[in-house]
Amino acid sequence: MLKDLFPKKKRYATISPHPSARDKVPEGLMNKCKSCGEILLYKELEKHLKTCPRCGYHFSLTAYERLEMILDAGSFEEFDARLTTADPLDFPDYQEKLAKARAATELVDAVVTGRGTVDGLPLAIGVMDPRFVMGSMGVVVGERLARAGECSLRERIPLVIFAVSGGARMQEGIFSLMQMAKVSGVLARLAEEGILYISVLTNPTTGGVTASFAMQGDVNLSEPGAVIGFAGRRIIEAMIRQKLPDEFQTAEFVLQHGMLDKVVHRKEMRQTIAALLSLHAGEGECVGN
Amino acid sequence: MLATDLPFEKPLVELRMKIEELRRFTEDKGIDVSDEVAVLEAKARALADTIYRDLKPWQRVQIARHSDRPTALDYVRGMCEDVMELHGDRNFRDDPTVVGGIARFEGCPITFVGTQKGRDTKESIYRNFGMAHPEGYRKALRLMKQADKFGRPILCLIDTAGAYPGPAAEERGQGEAIARNLIEMFQLRVPVVAVITGEGGSGGALGLGIGDRILMLEHAYYSVIAPEAAATLLWKDPSQGERAAERMRITAADLKAFGVIDAVVAEPFGGAQRAPAEMIAALKVAVRESLDMLRRLPRADLLALRQHRYRMMGSFGELPEEGDLPEVDVPLPTLQE
Repeated sequence: MLKDLFPKKKRYATISPHPSARDKVPEGLMNKCKSCGEILLYKELEKHLKTCPRCGYHFSLTAYERLEMILDAGSFEEFDARLTTADPLDFPDYQEKLAKARAATELVDAVVTGRGTVDGLPLAIGVMDPRFVMGSMGVVVGERLARAGECSLRERIPLVIFAVSGGARMQEGIFSLMQMAKVSGVLARLAEEGILYISVLTNPTTGGVTASFAMQGDVNLSEPGAVIGFAGRRIIEAMIRQKLPDEFQTAEFVLQHGMLDKVVHRKEMRQTIAALLSLHAGEGECVGN
Repeated sequence: MLATDLPFEKPLVELRMKIEELRRFTEDKGIDVSDEVAVLEAKARALADTIYRDLKPWQRVQIARHSDRPTALDYVRGMCEDVMELHGDRNFRDDPTVVGGIARFEGCPITFVGTQKGRDTKESIYRNFGMAHPEGYRKALRLMKQADKFGRPILCLIDTAGAYPGPAAEERGQGEAIARNLIEMFQLRVPVVAVITGEGGSGGALGLGIGDRILMLEHAYYSVIAPEAAATLLWKDPSQGERAAERMRITAADLKAFGVIDAVVAEPFGGAQRAPAEMIAALKVAVRESLDMLRRLPRADLLALRQHRYRMMGSFGELPEEGDLPEVDVPLPTLQE
């Protein structure tokens, strides 16, 4: 045979690391920026609050990482940490899905709520976690946010919600949809009482969460590059049968179209919220009687 | 089979065609087969009974989407006098998908808003297949606030697969428009009656659906998302709409049992599309009852009850405080009120 004339010769010896050496590299020591591909040491990434120092890409945060970045150290008091869904539709495989998400995240559902302070100013806060079933909103997310809002009402302190969500939790069906109404109802009472509500939309905020509390802030903030929209990109592309530009539904796009007040880099988020809280700290005494 | 017949109605339609054929044939020949026809007709009635008595969720979805069902404007024109349509959101344009205006319902002025579907292709395109743009929700809100200002009850007629998922809708803030309606509808100081007349799809339906009495027609569906889209999200397969319709509990009876809606309005035999006038009359009775009931409530109670209604949506429990999270076998939580 002809190919026998050209035997495949191994020219170089392949040296692979000894298995024991490979095991010694701790997981997550280095991260690759999803946007520019820069290799980042984990420590460096942490120093930059999980944003890429080269291109500014914002990595996603867990709810507790976010709380740590925003609140005064040691000020957080969590509410309703054990609240869990009653699986109202008795949806097949849902309990297993929840159990897996709980094991992976050590969360009970997709939001953490409580009370804390920023620069000494008190607030009620809710932070969603993208790792838990894509941050989807079911009864627990709705209930915990509603209770956080009621804490705001009782104590007359501002409410801040960091949204990150794929939208409604399919497995909870109509009850998931009704959470949009539930949280909106509480926010309507905040509005009537003149209590500040700041919404921060982080990557990604879509579907029913965008169509309810995430867009109802007295001030709507976002992080750079966050995907924000009602319908998903793929659904829209399927509907119009064409590709959408990359910048479609980014925070900058949504800002330009007038739905956001400000796009804030993560490094400035804490001070931006502190400034807003401070500007709203009075009870309107500067307008006279 | 006519285009207006639904797939699951096929055996019945065929049987009826055969009866008709037999009748015509024997009439021409002058033969009397009335006994045989009577037997067949009884059979057709029995068949119809089996088909319609226990409709599957997916069959109801098909009925809910039927193009011969009364539209929002059909209901308003059939139920009210002095109907005056009003247009525009005062910001961008008039969305033909959302209709609204003022009318007189049994002597009393009301404001109506609704999603409007077309009957033929041309009108369906004009109405964007019942899928509203942000300006549609803003138009509805403008008219509802007008109702609040002048103390008129509001009637919302909902029949939409969902808010329109298009680039222009996103640019103009589809999410923001719905979100604003959700918050502001809680602040309306007048009674709001919402009716799901066909499709109650997603935030697009809820954006007109915060109210004090929520009614649903017998074969209408109300879902967090249209069944095909749910199937795409759950199983990555849009053809599994039937399975999603079964699993997601989207029928009027389910939602009544859940307490999401207050009442189911019975449809004429075979669905509203078979006897539109009868349907409109039945809905008129149901709306009258709802408005009479709400009119008796003091305004402060009305708003508090509206708040309470949605505040109570969805049951939940608490995981045990002690020990680690259960690994796979999650115990069913005890229900709270």
